[in-house]
Amino acid sequence: MLTILFDGIAYGMLLFVLACGLAVTLGLMNFVNLAHGAFAMAGGYVTAVLMNRYGMPFLATLPLAFIVPALAGLVLERTLYRQLYARSHLDQVLFSIGLVFMAVAAVDYAMGSQQQLIQLPSWLQGRVDLFGIQVGLYRSFIIAVCGILVVALQLVLTRTRFGSRLRAAVDDPRVARGLGINVSLIFAATFAVGSGLAGLGGALGAEILGLDPTFPLKFMIYFLIVVTVGGTTSITGPFLASLILGIADVAGKYYVPSLGAFVIYTLMIVVLILRPQGLFARAR
Amino acid sequence: MTDFVRRSLVRKGRWGVAEIAFWAVAAATLFFLPERHLILNEIAIIGLFAVSLDLILGYAGIVSLGHAAFFGLGAYAAGIVAKHGWTDPLLGLAAAAVAAAFLGFVTSFLVLRGTDLTKLMVTLGVALLLGEIANQASWLTGGADGLQGITMGPVLGRFEFDIFGTTAYAYSLTVAFVLFVIARRIVVSPFGLSLRSIRDNPLRARAVGIPVNRRLVAVYTLAAAYAGVAGGLLAQTTQFVSLDVLAFHRSADIMLVLVIGGVGYLYGGLLGAIGFKVLQDILSAWTPQYWQFWIGLILVVLVLVGRERLTGSIKALRPRPKAQPAEQAQALPATTAREV
Repeated sequence: MLTILFDGIAYGMLLFVLACGLAVTLGLMNFVNLAHGAFAMAGGYVTAVLMNRYGMPFLATLPLAFIVPALAGLVLERTLYRQLYARSHLDQVLFSIGLVFMAVAAVDYAMGSQQQLIQLPSWLQGRVDLFGIQVGLYRSFIIAVCGILVVALQLVLTRTRFGSRLRAAVDDPRVARGLGINVSLIFAATFAVGSGLAGLGGALGAEILGLDPTFPLKFMIYFLIVVTVGGTTSITGPFLASLILGIADVAGKYYVPSLGAFVIYTLMIVVLILRPQGLFARAR
Repeated sequence: MTDFVRRSLVRKGRWGVAEIAFWAVAAATLFFLPERHLILNEIAIIGLFAVSLDLILGYAGIVSLGHAAFFGLGAYAAGIVAKHGWTDPLLGLAAAAVAAAFLGFVTSFLVLRGTDLTKLMVTLGVALLLGEIANQASWLTGGADGLQGITMGPVLGRFEFDIFGTTAYAYSLTVAFVLFVIARRIVVSPFGLSLRSIRDNPLRARAVGIPVNRRLVAVYTLAAAYAGVAGGLLAQTTQFVSLDVLAFHRSADIMLVLVIGGVGYLYGGLLGAIGFKVLQDILSAWTPQYWQFWIGLILVVLVLVGRERLTGSIKALRPRPKAQPAEQAQALPATTAREV
């Protein structure tokens, strides 16, 4: 029971790191970016390739799993995404679905369609018994890393100059520009960091979620649920939503495996009917 | 309804030469392209499906990422009734339409709430949920193996389905044509006009006394029935249904079809179906495994270039009916400039 709770929390934390970039672009900047999973996949593949082909240790690959998708995100934002901020949601959806199709086919072409396996270092394998709970070492590692990221992210957003500029830019780009804030630079940096975090999440999650070219399609729905259920006005909403989602998913798969993904989809639909703005959204 | 509105609706309702030519060519393919009937059949079905999406997206402005829910439900409904002895194709289509319309009616209330994003997620969620159900209820749907052993009776008791797909294509084309004519009639009716006003500005539509929610429920249900019939046609003519009919890529593909052809006028769906299928045929012959890459690229380019430009050029080709000077003077640019 507690083990399931623990696994659910780890899973939820992982989902949050994967989805928090989307929480910013979709939630704050109001851009429906279905291609977010592609950046996560990129991070996963960076780790898998570096470990399996070049024998780099797992931990050493993680910074690169952040940097490569972040750079990719930066380039794409500067060249393509930027032109679509003001367009309709339909255009954004079409554009990002197009990117997903391209990413899936390109990775399939370059890496093959088989599942990528990564070998965790031995000190992250196995479980220990802690007060009668079976605690997976890798999962505690994930909780630690993601927990630090969550706190750091929240501090950056609420306590730093950059955070307040970002919030200003999001709330009213015109006024922010008038105040001398470089809005487009802030958006680019935010998008890059979001993509990088997705990549890091992809790398951390490769072992738990699996990694193959269909990754962006398979998990797209999870990221979207996290953001829509969590509400799009804050970062804590998506965080709580990912925890709920992670625990519900793990518990559902454990206790009633025959229901499969029912639990998640139903949960989302019910929440959206009751609270179309999301579970933790402040009334606007 | 003022006299002006009535006259402009009647004018729009008239069939143009290009439209008649379009359907004449479609009918001619029955006789002149016998070796292509299988793919033409698919085009007719996809075209009908795209018209259905256009009704809600192009005319009512509802963004849906889960339109495959209705397509798939229709396919399963038609397949299941055929498997259990109801082999008459038209009865099967009726079952598909009723089942999908029912689901459309029930879920339409979910779509009324919230922003574009909420709509996207709820429609997507409904499709995914249905996909899970179809997967789990293998006693009914065959689960991951698909629904096998569908046998269809002859159409109208006379025309047997053949292996070349000729009957299938004639059947699908006829159904698509009949439903298209109805849809065309609907969008040039006052009802259709009110939908467009809702799409352009729901708040103002409500202010002038249009019952926005009731209209949206009606059109969503109608579009669901259309999609169900399209799915039913697929199940009947291929005699097989798999989980694929409910998959996400179906919803995405049909959006692409519509966008290629142009959103907001009914021929967009049909032209898009032809374009999409031909494209897919060429690409998958060229790179069998990676054709999706090029489909994705086309989508991205389409959006960046501006999809209005593409459909604008198609519309510019069509001769515009000459309006009376007096009418032109009072013509409202936003609503009258849009073609059927």
